[in-house]
Amino acid sequence: MTAAADITVIGGGLVGAAIAFGLAQQPGMRVAVLDEGDIARRASRANFALVWVSSKGVGMPEYATWSMDSADGWAGLAASVREISGIDVAYERPGGFLMCLSDAEMDARIRTMKVMQAQTGAPQYAYEILDHAGVRKRLPAIGPDVVGAIYCDLDGHVNSLRLFRALHVAMARLGVSYRPEHPVDTIVPGQDGFRIRGPWGEFTTGRVVLAAGLDNARLAAMVGLSAPVVPSKGQIIITEKAAPFLNYPVQTVRQTDEGGVMVGDSQEDLGFDTQVTYPVISVMAQRAVRMFPLLAGLNVVRTWSASRVMSPDGFPIYEQSREWPGAFVATCHSGVTLAAAHAQILAPAIRAGRLPDDLACFSARRLNVPKAA
Amino acid sequence: MFRRLPESEEVTVRFSIDGRSVTARAGETVAAALLATGVVSCRTTPVGGQKRAPYCMMGVCFECLVTIDGIGNRQACLVPVSEGMAVRSQHGARAIADEPLAEGAR
Repeated sequence: MTAAADITVIGGGLVGAAIAFGLAQQPGMRVAVLDEGDIARRASRANFALVWVSSKGVGMPEYATWSMDSADGWAGLAASVREISGIDVAYERPGGFLMCLSDAEMDARIRTMKVMQAQTGAPQYAYEILDHAGVRKRLPAIGPDVVGAIYCDLDGHVNSLRLFRALHVAMARLGVSYRPEHPVDTIVPGQDGFRIRGPWGEFTTGRVVLAAGLDNARLAAMVGLSAPVVPSKGQIIITEKAAPFLNYPVQTVRQTDEGGVMVGDSQEDLGFDTQVTYPVISVMAQRAVRMFPLLAGLNVVRTWSASRVMSPDGFPIYEQSREWPGAFVATCHSGVTLAAAHAQILAPAIRAGRLPDDLACFSARRLNVPKAA
Repeated sequence: MFRRLPESEEVTVRFSIDGRSVTARAGETVAAALLATGVVSCRTTPVGGQKRAPYCMMGVCFECLVTIDGIGNRQACLVPVSEGMAVRSQHGARAIADEPLAEGAR
């Protein structure tokens, strides 16, 4: 038997779930999500859960704007997801800190912000450059090694595991047909839509949205698209739960709504390797303890590692196939920050059958420019 | 509910539970001493606020967390009770900001 949908999203991680949720908020279209199982290589189970704007977009000012627009839409996303799923995803936007442990780090951070905002069209949002005393006023637990920080009130964080669950509950309640254990082998485009095949059978769909993370690299070529994404390894530490002491997210250290402290933000290019390695974890822990000395007394309860979905220039790829209209690709490494933009802007555009002009810069064609010798 | 084995040490040590002075046998863990004095709950969980008591008695289940001499989340089943020790039941998450800085903090 052949099942069918009007729009099929391949991938049920945060990117796919946010798009499916956005697609299903308007009635009238049958939306399906084809997902892998529990052992999928899923960045959505491993991320750091920041909704982050500051310092993003060096090299592509449109990405800074896109991140900011998404962060601005986040309170609305949290509210609509809560209304439909009944789950509070603990979204907060107290502003965030980029912490610096040396003058060199401080100079580099300031330079990055200036370079980002000097680009034509870059959003000119406000941020504060704080010295040690300035940081201490808002973060009394900092250690003497903190030289200063950049504070930006656009930044926030969320409980991303609960977000993952809430999006799935919400999309199911909106009538999305969610099909786990449906890995995709091939997508065959035709005159009246696409036939998607896997070991489980065949599925026909009017449109298809590739939101399969790293597997987009393989799937995109089947529908005349390109998504040359590769894994970027990240490692994360989480401590036992502690009473709240960190009232703002720091880019590499945050206390979750339930009390655990996450330490993260390592980046390594090691293919699909996801082993936790002590040389990396110990540097992360050391830096976190220099930022907040009281962390030295907390027990670590888990460490883990996963693969980010990284494009060659680090920016998202959104595109509709020219060869096979109706096939879209959406891929990025910031599925939490961008969840609101995916649900509120990208999904309605996919529904309408046309991506807006201001997303044209996210086409993978930008990656085909030959490098100068 | 719990009885000491007849061969347990005769030497007694005095410590306190939530400010109440009690005695234990030398060599006992804090968890064993708590159970022997009739304590049935030593903490509440950080998220759900539910009562918990020592369970596995071998360092695995983390149910027996208490505050010992001002340090939270100590595993009572792994710490031998000692003279003058101040044990407090722990309500909710460990209050790390109220504790003295640990070894390793700069």
